[in-house]
Amino acid sequence: MIEVLGLSKAFGRLTVLDGVDLRVRPGRVTAIVGPNAAGKTTLIKTMLGLVRPDAGRILLGGAPVTSDGAYRSQIGYMPQIARFPENLSTRHLLALLGDLRGTEARVDRELVRTLGLETELDKPLRTLSGGTRQKVNAVMAFLFAPGLLILDEPTAGLDPLSSGVVKDKIATERANGRTVIIASHIMSELDELADDVAVLLDGRMQFDGPVPELKRLTRQATLERAIAHLMIREVAA
Amino acid sequence: MSTSLPAALRVAGYQMRDVARSRWVIAYALFFLAVTDALYRFGGGGSRALLSLVDIVLFIVPLVTIVFGTMYLYNAREFTELILAQPVRRRTVFGGLYAGLVVPLAIAFVAGTGLPFLLHGTGDAAGTLIAVLLVGVLLTLVFGALALLIAIRADDRLRGLGLAIGAWLLAAVVYDGLVLLAASIFADAPLERPMLAAMLANPVDLARVLLLLRFDVAALLGYTGAVFAQFFGGTRGTLIAGAALLAWVAAPLALAARAFSRKDF
Repeated sequence: MIEVLGLSKAFGRLTVLDGVDLRVRPGRVTAIVGPNAAGKTTLIKTMLGLVRPDAGRILLGGAPVTSDGAYRSQIGYMPQIARFPENLSTRHLLALLGDLRGTEARVDRELVRTLGLETELDKPLRTLSGGTRQKVNAVMAFLFAPGLLILDEPTAGLDPLSSGVVKDKIATERANGRTVIIASHIMSELDELADDVAVLLDGRMQFDGPVPELKRLTRQATLERAIAHLMIREVAA
Repeated sequence: MSTSLPAALRVAGYQMRDVARSRWVIAYALFFLAVTDALYRFGGGGSRALLSLVDIVLFIVPLVTIVFGTMYLYNAREFTELILAQPVRRRTVFGGLYAGLVVPLAIAFVAGTGLPFLLHGTGDAAGTLIAVLLVGVLLTLVFGALALLIAIRADDRLRGLGLAIGAWLLAAVVYDGLVLLAASIFADAPLERPMLAAMLANPVDLARVLLLLRFDVAALLGYTGAVFAQFFGGTRGTLIAGAALLAWVAAPLALAARAFSRKDF
């Protein structure tokens, strides 16, 4: 689906990504994991063209992406921090995104309802709580039924109920054949959702493959332990 | 390119809606409304009200535009990120951000200043009123572009705000003093050309000379302006100052656009 090849990025003297390769397989859920400041968000933002890489290429469906950003019509993105223009309402925001895409935004009524957002749609975004904003953020990512979903810490700041709703949504989208990329710290939820795992450590890709393979390789039963094992081995080496 | 213009208009439209709803922009319009109306009522008619207005315009329009603009763009950062994750070009988003900032500010200024004249009648001051409005709009375009440049280049908003206020102080307050100081130090040298250069280098000076050439009051021109008026005279001076002011829109805007296309969000 989406591939990155030899991606490097430095902010000043700090190297964040150092020759990263990642091949995201279509129709699967790929988890990008790693400790804080490992470069997960930078990798995601580079895929979206929000961060300009120093070196490397991004391919979507086998073809290099173009600078006009047209490829982003196939991507739904949920950023880590949900902050919006203060004076707009959720309804206006969703309408704006629909206008920009040039396609009718199919607001997922079911998702809006199960997240309890129906009564919040016309309130100015500044009056919404952090958790509610994160829900709006989730609804935005699924808005256009995109072929590729990129979710950065999708359940951070959500209550357990809403977190469950979002996870169910991700599972449904996968069942519908969509490709999903999730960056997260919460290993238990990734264990639940992820087919493949990409482990970033200090800007380098340490492992990229199916979850069962990582577990077999590290002889661990859970994703959390498998990744911890990988990190310890890296520190020892 | 055929599809990018409507997208820019949409981004601009939503930004404008957001800016126009801000209390600051409404207060800005009301400020000019109150001041212009008061000057008109108590200052003795159109022309004299406009002359008193000139200094207020040269002072307030750059200040509000650059400070409000810089802060607004920092606040719009996540929104910008959101839009950039959509299938639109960066250039398009940049154009939308700029228009979304300067259009509501320009409308607020024109409406606030123009309305009293609309109510009381312009009399013989119609041409001068148009000149004041035009120069105010041009200053909005200049300082809006500078605000964009500052907010894009400086990641830290406190530093950005400092730069914005510093730029305004330099252009609107201390510049004429510095030039005078330099002139008194180098009093023996031929100063005409350096003074002209000094004037072209400051958009507020350019705006002042553009307006005061119309009023024909050399006493208010300031040092650089007086040299300029003497050197170029009326029409030619107006054209040159106008062109220089337009360059002051284009140059920061081009630099900001370049920085925006390379920026990491």
